[in-house]
Amino acid sequence: MERQSPAFTIFIHACALLLATVILAPLAWLFIMSISPAADLAAKPLRWWPQSADFSRYGQLLSTAENSAGAAFTSSLRNSLEIAGMATIAALALAIPAGWAVSRTPSIGWSLSMVIATYMLPPVALAVPLYMGLSYLGLLNNIFGLALVYLTILAPFTTWLMKSGFDSIPREIEAAAMIDGAGLFQTLRIITLPLAAPVMATSALFAVLLAWDEFFYALLFTSDQRAKTLTVAIADLAGGRVSDYGLIATAGVLAALPPVLIGLVMQRALISGLTSGGVKG
Amino acid sequence: MSGTWMTTRAWLLMLPLLVVMLAVIGWPLADTVGLSFTDAKLVGTGGNFVGFDNYANMLSSANFSRTLVTTTLFAVISVAAEMVIGVLAALLLNQQFHGRAILRALMILPWALPTVVNATLWRLIYNPEYGALNAALTQLHLIDAYRSWLGEPGKALAALIVADCWKNFPLVALIALAALQAVPRDITAASLVDGAGAFNRFRFVILPYLAGPLMVALVLRTIEAFKVFDIIWVMTRGGPANSTRTLSILVYQEAFSFQRAGSGASLALIVTLLVTVLAIAYAALVRKTAGSAA
Repeated sequence: MERQSPAFTIFIHACALLLATVILAPLAWLFIMSISPAADLAAKPLRWWPQSADFSRYGQLLSTAENSAGAAFTSSLRNSLEIAGMATIAALALAIPAGWAVSRTPSIGWSLSMVIATYMLPPVALAVPLYMGLSYLGLLNNIFGLALVYLTILAPFTTWLMKSGFDSIPREIEAAAMIDGAGLFQTLRIITLPLAAPVMATSALFAVLLAWDEFFYALLFTSDQRAKTLTVAIADLAGGRVSDYGLIATAGVLAALPPVLIGLVMQRALISGLTSGGVKG
Repeated sequence: MSGTWMTTRAWLLMLPLLVVMLAVIGWPLADTVGLSFTDAKLVGTGGNFVGFDNYANMLSSANFSRTLVTTTLFAVISVAAEMVIGVLAALLLNQQFHGRAILRALMILPWALPTVVNATLWRLIYNPEYGALNAALTQLHLIDAYRSWLGEPGKALAALIVADCWKNFPLVALIALAALQAVPRDITAASLVDGAGAFNRFRFVILPYLAGPLMVALVLRTIEAFKVFDIIWVMTRGGPANSTRTLSILVYQEAFSFQRAGSGASLALIVTLLVTVLAIAYAALVRKTAGSAA
């Protein structure tokens, strides 16, 4: 290890402090806004630290009383959870067989390349026909309809992750099991899928994050509490007539909590997924 | 086992994915192409065939060229800033210092924050009356009066770029950091012994390891920045005076606000074509970089 001059060490620590401040200050402010009394947030000069912490907005948003701000928020929270769950399960159900097939039979790989190339398509290029199609099927403002549309984003990405996951499992292991007399599906069930479990988990988490984050299709295809997702509910709050900025911040904190926790806990797996080439949309 | 059966079996396993992709991507895309040659409205009957009129009108409209410039400005400036800040942050995170593990973990936070929450957060920070930015700059005596950061045409796009950068530079940093950690230690040590200065060491020893991963990040970030919708819709809706209106916002307005499905479709395809050309050019560049780094 090279010895560092004291000046360099101080410089590095100063830069680290700056970087930490840049990352944390906006996030900390979001949280502080959520617990500051409305009067503090409207004060001039602005009060940076609340005189007393006020967590009441969290209770307000998470209450399910009829026609309250909470009712709109909790229903959108439930919709987001259900849509992300359904879309993730469906995407994995498509991605696991397809990913394995491409991994073991490279000659059909061009079909996956075509699927992945759809990443370049701006969602606006699909939006009008999807709108008309969903309307025709009676699936506008419907969580099943939105989950189906989310497959356009989730399925290519998870298939790609699963394919690279299967690539790292040597096919000799499968061959050995087959020689011992196991059939194909037995081999997959006993040998391959358990080995691929970590990749499946990573793919599922990515899929949940993508669905949780999605805004454009949700904005277009939902119109009320039956299907509106969290992202749309927050955009409504931010663009609406809400005068209490703390309430908007509270909704933001609550919506950010699940993905941020997933991000922190799954750091290592997510980064290896990202550096294998994938990036969240 | 015969090769044909292997291939057939692989196709059978691909089939569900391909059928769903055809239904939710293939068919809508083909339908968008069809619509783009008609004057169809969003609701109602099919509309009449108008040939290339939609394309001609779009390409010659002042709205389109202005929006294309705005989109390009947004994409080029924010992606360039993200790459530079990201690489600098990665070089820092690769040094020895106290709290390095914690700082590395923190980098995931802006990336994990949902885009809409990020947009909302910055909208609150930029608020002309109660925003933290005005308060901080006034209390530091850097400005005398509160400003409307998102309300003035000259400032809004810059404000959006800052918000977008804050969310996305950590991702570039994490990708670059992973690449830096793959640089063999003896190589950097050897270059030190040979007396290479810090800049030369970065340029000739470290950068070749970064080039491949950074090119991939550059391609993906540029495509995303070119398609940008969410952050702009939540923060400014393309305003003030359309100064932050990007191509995706323009398509949305055309197809859904004005319900002109046909001309919206033609514009959407123009955007798709631009992104595709960009991606192909980049892909060639990636292949070249990967070739020279190997």
